[in-house]
Amino acid sequence: MKKIEVKEVDFYYGKFHALKHISMEVEQNDVVAFIGPSGCGKSTFLRLFNRMNDLIPGSRLTGQVLIDGRDIYAPGVEIDRLRKEVGMVFQRPNPFPKSIFDNVAYGLRVNGIRDKSFIAHRVEEALKGAALWNEVKDKLKASAFALSGGQQQRLCIARAMAVSPSVLLMDEPASALDPISTAKIEELIRELKKEVTIIIVTHNMQQAARVSDRTAFFYMGEMVECGETKMIFTNPSKEATQNYITGRFG
Amino acid sequence: MESPRYPDRYDLRKRRSQWVAFALFRVFSLFIAFVLFAILGFIIYKGVGVISWDFLTEPPTDGMTSGGIFPAIVGTLLLMLGSAIVAFPVGIMSGIYMNEYASRGWLVRFIRLMTNNLSGVPSIVFGLFGMALFVKYLGFGDSILAGSLTLGLLSLPLVIRTTEEALKDIPSSYREGSLALGATKLQTIWKVILPMGMPRIITGLILSLGRVSGETAPILFTCAAYFFPQLPSSIFDQCMALPYHLYVISTSGTDIEAQQPIAYGTALVLIAIILVVNLLAGGMRRYFENRLKTK
Repeated sequence: MKKIEVKEVDFYYGKFHALKHISMEVEQNDVVAFIGPSGCGKSTFLRLFNRMNDLIPGSRLTGQVLIDGRDIYAPGVEIDRLRKEVGMVFQRPNPFPKSIFDNVAYGLRVNGIRDKSFIAHRVEEALKGAALWNEVKDKLKASAFALSGGQQQRLCIARAMAVSPSVLLMDEPASALDPISTAKIEELIRELKKEVTIIIVTHNMQQAARVSDRTAFFYMGEMVECGETKMIFTNPSKEATQNYITGRFG
Repeated sequence: MESPRYPDRYDLRKRRSQWVAFALFRVFSLFIAFVLFAILGFIIYKGVGVISWDFLTEPPTDGMTSGGIFPAIVGTLLLMLGSAIVAFPVGIMSGIYMNEYASRGWLVRFIRLMTNNLSGVPSIVFGLFGMALFVKYLGFGDSILAGSLTLGLLSLPLVIRTTEEALKDIPSSYREGSLALGATKLQTIWKVILPMGMPRIITGLILSLGRVSGETAPILFTCAAYFFPQLPSSIFDQCMALPYHLYVISTSGTDIEAQQPIAYGTALVLIAIILVVNLLAGGMRRYFENRLKTK
């Protein structure tokens, strides 16, 4: 069974047809990169997988999005449970104004976990998983705001991973970071894919080429093509893809 | 061929108008500060003479021509507390509802419109309404309860608006970050949004207290006693209050001349209370902001 299956999805913001008839599949533990010019719908598409678009009034979806074979838009789906299963990292680091520890523990606590030793254990694991533990282990009680931008983003990754999701969505996770922090995030993605399936939206094509197994190119609300990253970047089947990756537009 | 020299006079003109504009702004700002200091200085000059321990701790005596203002101080503090109990929970919850649960839609627009209109209603009209509803219809009589309810209604729009504005300025990325971890909306508000909005909400609350402490009209027909030297023993008692006391001894009584220093003393105490409240607001704000940073 595929980890994620998208079947003939159309998505609207009010009357605006933002995503046009998209179907795709994602294998377990793959890293899939979404690329395309601004406004092409790739972020909107990403936000379908944890139903973040539900927050936008007037949005509407037809078609099916299956994760582990279950339609996440079926009636009766508990959205908070879905979001625990499908974690998300945002473009700008958005740690809460709490301590480093409390940031990572937040997801566990809101999901009803009270066991202090378990929480402490998970926090340590998640911070190690996000390659942040050695930098923060002596100041877990310090404010998350005291960290650098790159550290904050890795904290947000730890925070998302702490609740053990099986899918991680990343919305341009390195676009607000300097090159060294970006390299750390990319390295992290390669580590994390052992545990989770990752979908990453990026404007940086080298990044897509470096970290992803498969790449999907979006243009004007359509998924132009989706295939192995190597193929997309060396021998795309569509001219639009070719033009975009060679920098002729976008 | 030599190209024409770039004309310098535009630059000069720009600088001159800049200088004139800022000089004007500065003069007007200083004027406002001057007015404030003039009022404060005048009240202190006239009122500081009567301030003494007895003045602050004794009831008025001799037909209010001497003695202190203790019952009025207590009354004002009680009314501030009472109105806070009425307005804070309702106002904060409405503010949360309007910003977090229903920021769009006709119902919220309607409530917001009504709230804004409510804040434009003259305070004497609140007084009249309070008298009709709380004093007469609900039968509370002239009482601290009726006065607190009326003052609470009066400060409600301010509390709702400050809560709403405080929450509105919190970037939605924090809400998304919390929701994306599987938190419910209520958890998000309770654990992330409210703590972040707290410094500004608290400031707004305390400032509304300051406003309430100075109001006369709303308690005129609902609570304030002309002369009630003993302290109230229940919320169904009347009480004296500083602004009303100030009004009374300035306009009526047995000997207005002799009462004048007391009036200035009362005004000074009232201003001092408001000043302390405002300083407290600033302090609380800083405290909560620091807690957000370090915790």
